[in-house]
Amino acid sequence: MTAATTIDAMDTVMVDSGPSEQDAVLDIRNLQVFYATPSGDVRAVDNVSFKVQRGEIIGLVGESGCGKTTTAMAILRLVQPPGRIAGGEINLDSVNLADLEGDDLRETRWTKLSLIPQGAMNSLNPVMRISSQIKDTIRTHEGRISNRELKERILQLLQLVGLPSRVYDMYPHELSGGMKQRACIAMAIALDPVLVIADEPTSALDVVVQRVVGETLLDVKERLGVSMIVIGHDMGLMAQLVDRLAVMYAGRIVEFAPVESIFNEQLHPYTQLLIESIPSIKEKKPLKLTEGLTHDLRTHMQGCIFQLRCPHVMDICREENPPMRALRSRHETACHLYDDDGIRLH
Amino acid sequence: MSVATAAPANGSQDSARRGLNTWDSPWLNFKFLLGLSMIAIILLMAGAGPLGLYDTTRARVASAPLNLPPVWTNIDNPFFGEPDPEYPLGTDSDGRDLTAVLLVGAPRSLHIGLIAAGAGMLIGVVLGFSAGFIGGWWDAFVRTISDSIITIPALAVLIVISAFVKNLDVVILALLLAAFAWPGPTRLLRAQVLSMRERGYVQMARLSGANTFSILFREMLPNMLPYLAASLTGNVSGAILAATGLEALGLGPTRIPTMGMTIYHAMYVSALFRGMWWWWGMPIVALVIVFTGLFLMTVGLDEIANPRLRGIREQ
Amino acid sequence: MSELTLGYFLRRLGMWLLTIWIGATLIFTIPRLAPGDPITAMVERMIQQAGYIENSADLIEAWRARFGLDGPWHVQYRNYLLSMVRVDLGYSLANFPARVTDIIGRSLPWTLGMVSIATILSFGAGNLIGALMAWRRVPAFIRNILPVSLTFTSIPFFMFGILLISFLAFKWKIFPAFGNYGRGVEPGWNLDFILSVLHHGLLPVLSIVVTSMGFWALGMRGMMVTTDGEDYMILANAKGLRSRRIFWFYGIRNSMLPQVTALALNLGAVAGGSLLVELIFGYPGLGYFLYQAIISADYTVIQGIVFMLIVGVATAVLILDLLYPMIDPRITYSKGQA
Repeated sequence: MTAATTIDAMDTVMVDSGPSEQDAVLDIRNLQVFYATPSGDVRAVDNVSFKVQRGEIIGLVGESGCGKTTTAMAILRLVQPPGRIAGGEINLDSVNLADLEGDDLRETRWTKLSLIPQGAMNSLNPVMRISSQIKDTIRTHEGRISNRELKERILQLLQLVGLPSRVYDMYPHELSGGMKQRACIAMAIALDPVLVIADEPTSALDVVVQRVVGETLLDVKERLGVSMIVIGHDMGLMAQLVDRLAVMYAGRIVEFAPVESIFNEQLHPYTQLLIESIPSIKEKKPLKLTEGLTHDLRTHMQGCIFQLRCPHVMDICREENPPMRALRSRHETACHLYDDDGIRLH
Repeated sequence: MSVATAAPANGSQDSARRGLNTWDSPWLNFKFLLGLSMIAIILLMAGAGPLGLYDTTRARVASAPLNLPPVWTNIDNPFFGEPDPEYPLGTDSDGRDLTAVLLVGAPRSLHIGLIAAGAGMLIGVVLGFSAGFIGGWWDAFVRTISDSIITIPALAVLIVISAFVKNLDVVILALLLAAFAWPGPTRLLRAQVLSMRERGYVQMARLSGANTFSILFREMLPNMLPYLAASLTGNVSGAILAATGLEALGLGPTRIPTMGMTIYHAMYVSALFRGMWWWWGMPIVALVIVFTGLFLMTVGLDEIANPRLRGIREQ
Repeated sequence: MSELTLGYFLRRLGMWLLTIWIGATLIFTIPRLAPGDPITAMVERMIQQAGYIENSADLIEAWRARFGLDGPWHVQYRNYLLSMVRVDLGYSLANFPARVTDIIGRSLPWTLGMVSIATILSFGAGNLIGALMAWRRVPAFIRNILPVSLTFTSIPFFMFGILLISFLAFKWKIFPAFGNYGRGVEPGWNLDFILSVLHHGLLPVLSIVVTSMGFWALGMRGMMVTTDGEDYMILANAKGLRSRRIFWFYGIRNSMLPQVTALALNLGAVAGGSLLVELIFGYPGLGYFLYQAIISADYTVIQGIVFMLIVGVATAVLILDLLYPMIDPRITYSKGQA
């Protein structure tokens, strides 16, 4: 299924799904992640704030280098030097992860939030059996468990992600890319976390396997009711999988809305370009999104971050940074192009 | 949701920046330069004799008084002579001036290592490059032979050779050492060529029609230079180790003084028991300088080749 | 643990045979390439040493036959290889009816024991030090102290041995200067004997361990830094595993693989070096008897010991190669690589 047909399908099904605002599992406030370089800090993630509701899947999209993976790594507290979390709060179930250290942090990892890694190819320890890699996670966090119970549990997990039970005794190199990715999904849900972060879960896979992995994720979410953050630039996968979509540009969120709403109407000019650049079989359209015209992330830019590439740039965009405003029902964007009532100015 | 002002950056920013700025030229590595200067000093000692700075003919037997301690000592032993400023490092029981032995022998020990490692490296470059680049049966052949030779204890075979061949020549010894020194660089280069062959810039050079020779020497060799240099310095010390080992057994070249031979002479007449520590101490100190210098160069070159080793940061 | 495939086993066995064949051929060729007639030269040397030898011409002829030097070279070579296959290394020239295999049989266990203990200790300690040097969670002051243990890396082991002997054995008399066990100790499984063996073996082992562990430490440090950047290390962290478990089962476990390959490649050098160590410490292993044989021009013993040494190292490498698939499950699937 291509992205375009998925979007068409979405037109007809317009349901405002998603639980109530109060039940936020993850509440990120003003998150900043900077990377030190010889010529100054690169502001990879700059003042990002958003909430994930219980049982909700949030999609995080944007071009390479926009800070979406860095945001995920910051939530997991896995930002490697020379990077650092420079400010903000990451509240998961009312605990600020940014403040955790040592064993508190270690015990929170995987029991509350887990990761489906980007490179499933290299994310499994090549010298350990799949079962051992799931085992050591369970044993570390839950203490002693009988071998029989453990084996039963792991076999159940494998079944849940659609892997045959022979995978139990296999090594990573004996699995195909899609199987490895599903083994990673099984591992991610082993401890029933409240939040799973999937970092481009399908990027290294071929199209058919991408679909299968996408369906596995959806299946897991429906059965376990786990919240997820799915990162990627595959709009087709996003349409299939997520409830709400956050569009990131140059380290900031520029638009955040339910996925149907965003596919129907893109408010931010960057989102418009992003959606328009999805290739379609129905029509041939020229690529409007140009690469390379981002601003220097080392300097704090005055005004809107998208002004250099924006086709609708106005004077105010060079002066003032637009705030995030809800312009439609649950549809937020940061753009001067609209007035407070959501009416487009030109 | 509103955009708040940036939270204040924490203090680690400055230190991170400083750490990054010191990486200017990788070749300005302290360990490498220190090692290099130690080796240079030993090599320069060879000039003392020819330039007339010191009478190095006294390295021969019976050219100096016997059993003189070094000039700075004050040993009260009737068996030894009085320290003499003429012979700063003292003399041995066969009438050799140990200062002269040092000036002649230390650079010579280094020469053997350089010739052996250089020749071994040359063979390694040719075989490793050709194996990695041509591939196929030639690659299989080179790999099998080098994997096989590398496990043969070179020192043992050299002992057999020296047992049969009296008066081994210095150059012959060096070449024999080279015969066992090539598998290391061969393996290294082959692995490097295989991994580089797939890299973007080599592929690009191929597609743009560059010939094999130019790809090898323009694109690939410069990137391997630090690896090659680290392997070379490692091999030099390996060859010196084997050569001095043979000499210390009394099996090496016997006509010219070397450090290993001096140890052999000292052990032969039990200098250890007789308290003539300067006799066996001089070659040991000289060799320690040589080996430490080479070791520092190897470690430094390793860091030049692998930038991740330069600073291991704390989490 | 994946099972050994037959192809892998045969390839490794082939390498083992090839190495031994090359070694045997070297030993066969060297005396024949030496300038002059080695037998005559040998007898001349013996005459120098002994003063006079009866019927030296007969002796030369007898040895010629003994060495298999009395026929066309291909016949000589065939007979030589056949005797090697039969592990018939002949008789000692210097101590005639003693068989070379008996001399080797007496000394080999000591060499084997000393060298393998020294190698295991050096490999273990060196790799651990190297891994800790690269591990970011080790406190900085420990990481800065660790390199001190590598101070002696650049010193040749036999020279370090001389230093150990001169201070610990001759000057302070804490350790014996030679031998493998004390006089008057009854060999056998009794405490006295075992303690005496340990007491005598400590200095030789120490001189090898202290001077060689830096080599392993430096290699391990480099490998560990590389491994630390792998995706599975990031995931292991995200999984909230204990630092110790990540260190051993993810970091060291993976970084060890190239180190084990390096160990196999360096066994030859290790064995060669041990010859000198035995000599310095008067330790009655292969190296000690090899030196005695060189002094007494006992060529059959020289050839026999060197041949056994080559066979021994090749066998150790073969064992490592066969064990390797157990620590790296990927290996039997990739063709011909180790």
